[in-house]
Amino acid sequence: MNFTEIRSHLGKFRVGIAGAGGLGSNCAIALARSGVGTLVLSDFDIIETSNLNRQYYFADQVGQLKTIALKENITRINPDVFVIVHQKKLDRINIPEIFSGCDVIVEAFDRADMKEMLIETVQIKMHGVPLVVGSGMAGWGKCDTIRFRKIDETLYLCGDESSEASDNLPLLAPRVGIVANMQANVVLEILMKLR
Amino acid sequence: MKILLNNREEEFAKETISVSEMLALKKFSFKLRVIKINGILIPSEKYDSAIIHNNDNVQMLYLMSGG
Repeated sequence: MNFTEIRSHLGKFRVGIAGAGGLGSNCAIALARSGVGTLVLSDFDIIETSNLNRQYYFADQVGQLKTIALKENITRINPDVFVIVHQKKLDRINIPEIFSGCDVIVEAFDRADMKEMLIETVQIKMHGVPLVVGSGMAGWGKCDTIRFRKIDETLYLCGDESSEASDNLPLLAPRVGIVANMQANVVLEILMKLR
Repeated sequence: MKILLNNREEEFAKETISVSEMLALKKFSFKLRVIKINGILIPSEKYDSAIIHNNDNVQMLYLMSGG
């Protein structure tokens, strides 16, 4: 299958991205470059200088809402992508509404308790919608510990499941980018199998 | 009883155990995780009441902050 055919196939689908930080911004860009038709982005945060070490934003976007800036960056790369943005703190009530109609959802939160909340909500209230989770990517090096696990047809995990972010083990562009792009790669694999 | 835990066979002395008991017996220390039994997600507030039976397929993933 050549890229024109792949892009035209991916153009039929809608992917939800929960969080527009290190995972969400980099994953969204990879999906946009590949030609996914519609991206639903949700985040309530504003870009800070400290985000620029790993998140797909530019220094002149500091202070802007992440959703608005990410939509702008996506459009500059691939204007054919339809981008829907929600400036909302996601919770158990609004997640099924915001991501309704999505063919796949990407978990791209920072906090572990939010990851847990999203996984529980999607798996229980949005039965059958595949969810791609990122967990464990702080620090540097250790390429061989980052892995992919398919739990079942609706739950996929990317990351090392052990490196928790902290002051002495910060999040850095390479490992966050690897996991974000691995999540995008899993999304493509799921979408390429759909008719 | 025997179960599959993350695709590995594990044996426990009892006939059935709750998710909480399984976590204690295995000394799993991570604060946050997601557990599925035979494909059904078990919310964390049900770890005491959700029971694991012989031949169950238990999947567990660990949640770390960072993203």
